[in-house]
Amino acid sequence: MICVNVEITPLPGIGTRQDFTIRAGRRVGVITYRDGKFELIVSKANDPDSCSASIPLSPEEANTLAGLLGAPQLVAHLREETRDIAGITTRQLPVTAFANHTLGETALRTRTSVSIVAVVRSGNAHPSPGPDFIFENGDLAVVVGTAEGLDAAAEILHGG
Amino acid sequence: MIQLGAVFFGLGLLGRVARRAGISPIPLYLIGGLAFGEGGLVPLAGIEEFTHLASEIGVVLLLLLLGLEYSASELTTGLKKSWMAGVLDLVLNAAPGAIAAYLLGWGTVGALAMAGVTYISSSGIVAKVLGDLGRLGNRETPVVLSVLVFEDLAMAVYLPVLTAVLAGVSFVGGLTSVGISLLAITVVLVVALKYGRFISAIVDSPDHEVFLLKLLGSALLVAGIASQLQVSAAVGAFLLGIAISGSTAENATRLLEPLRDLFAAMFFVVFGLNTDPRSIPPVLAIAVALAVVTTATKVYTGWWAARRQGIGKMGRMRAGVALVARGEFSIVIAGLAVASGQVADELAALATAYVLLMAILGPIAAKYVEPIGEFFQRRRQTA
Repeated sequence: MICVNVEITPLPGIGTRQDFTIRAGRRVGVITYRDGKFELIVSKANDPDSCSASIPLSPEEANTLAGLLGAPQLVAHLREETRDIAGITTRQLPVTAFANHTLGETALRTRTSVSIVAVVRSGNAHPSPGPDFIFENGDLAVVVGTAEGLDAAAEILHGG
Repeated sequence: MIQLGAVFFGLGLLGRVARRAGISPIPLYLIGGLAFGEGGLVPLAGIEEFTHLASEIGVVLLLLLLGLEYSASELTTGLKKSWMAGVLDLVLNAAPGAIAAYLLGWGTVGALAMAGVTYISSSGIVAKVLGDLGRLGNRETPVVLSVLVFEDLAMAVYLPVLTAVLAGVSFVGGLTSVGISLLAITVVLVVALKYGRFISAIVDSPDHEVFLLKLLGSALLVAGIASQLQVSAAVGAFLLGIAISGSTAENATRLLEPLRDLFAAMFFVVFGLNTDPRSIPPVLAIAVALAVVTTATKVYTGWWAARRQGIGKMGRMRAGVALVARGEFSIVIAGLAVASGQVADELAALATAYVLLMAILGPIAAKYVEPIGEFFQRRRQTA
């Protein structure tokens, strides 16, 4: 995997700016405000110092965007790895029913014999979460197992 | 009661007008104050006691929130990173005010006060302008912010010096009070860096009402004690603000912001009330001259600081112009000076006229610097 160099700049009194220069030359990044709001920033094409867009996002919206960008890659990656094992599938399932509860409380493996191999939160993958991992709203669980097991798991995590 | 209600309601209307026009409400509050009171259109009497106290609380809250804005670690790293730009800023922008005061024959005390008035940018206006124009993600913005951080630290040293000089204390007495405040600043920074969460824990409370009372109480207590020690009350509040950190600071800011806006508005009005509008025209020419000179010096400061960080020409222009706005703290300084009775009355008039110009000019200039810069760039390319 190619590493991207993210620059972290403190903005006194406001928050932090984290950004990186993409291959096309523009700067893309996020401003995290102290009060938890986010802003997506994209620099101008002709002046990399300034921004052509700064889009305010609520924490939920930022989470969703991060999921859209981050999760498919992770799933594709895992699918690649488990391809040669017949009958095993990887799927990403939204966790809506277990906010502020631990992974252990879902009892997913005993009930459906599937495994949560990672949790995607705000675009970051938390690999191999333990039983005491605490879910938050907007988490995506990356689950590996049989097709029937995954269907059952989806229902449990969704609050079935 | 009716008068007070009318004043607040009038301020509300002015604030709305300012919001519509996209400018800072401070100049309008000042004009509102000028219009009433001494020598104004409608003399206002009977509410002085309340307004006076409210304006004092306004100053304490302005400084408390200024302290809350930056954490101790931001202040110390800001100091390390930007002290050269900060010193340039101080020299270039304090000098015009001081020189003008000398030329007007206001003596050393007047020069010291005017130096502060022209030096300090309005961090409130600047931060708001940067946010409104979507420039927070720009590369030059950290440069602008670190200059503001330096100015805030400079205020912590400047205010006690000014208070001591205004109180007319002897040279030794002045040194003592400066010594006390420098010691206090150092102690507060060290304590806030190492044990900030304990101080935060003392005032913190999950209950809004308790939290608000504790915060306000401790701020006024600290400010009162500071003023007893001949260190300005404002500095006490500022240091308390720095000492409170982390999530407590965020919650405190959220709770106190509306209160500050209320009392600070009162402070600006009272300042305007006590300034005779008839005294402004004679000093208007000087105010305009000062505005022109200090706009240029601030722009140069920003330009220079941004160039050191390897930022392009447009970014340097933006950084410079962003710093132009002066506002609340210039009035705080002028207010302290006038209240002491040690300076010429014209100082209030000059400071009012100057801040009126700069608080309006700053945001407008910041808005139009980009299109104008682009126009010139295009012309150079085609020529």
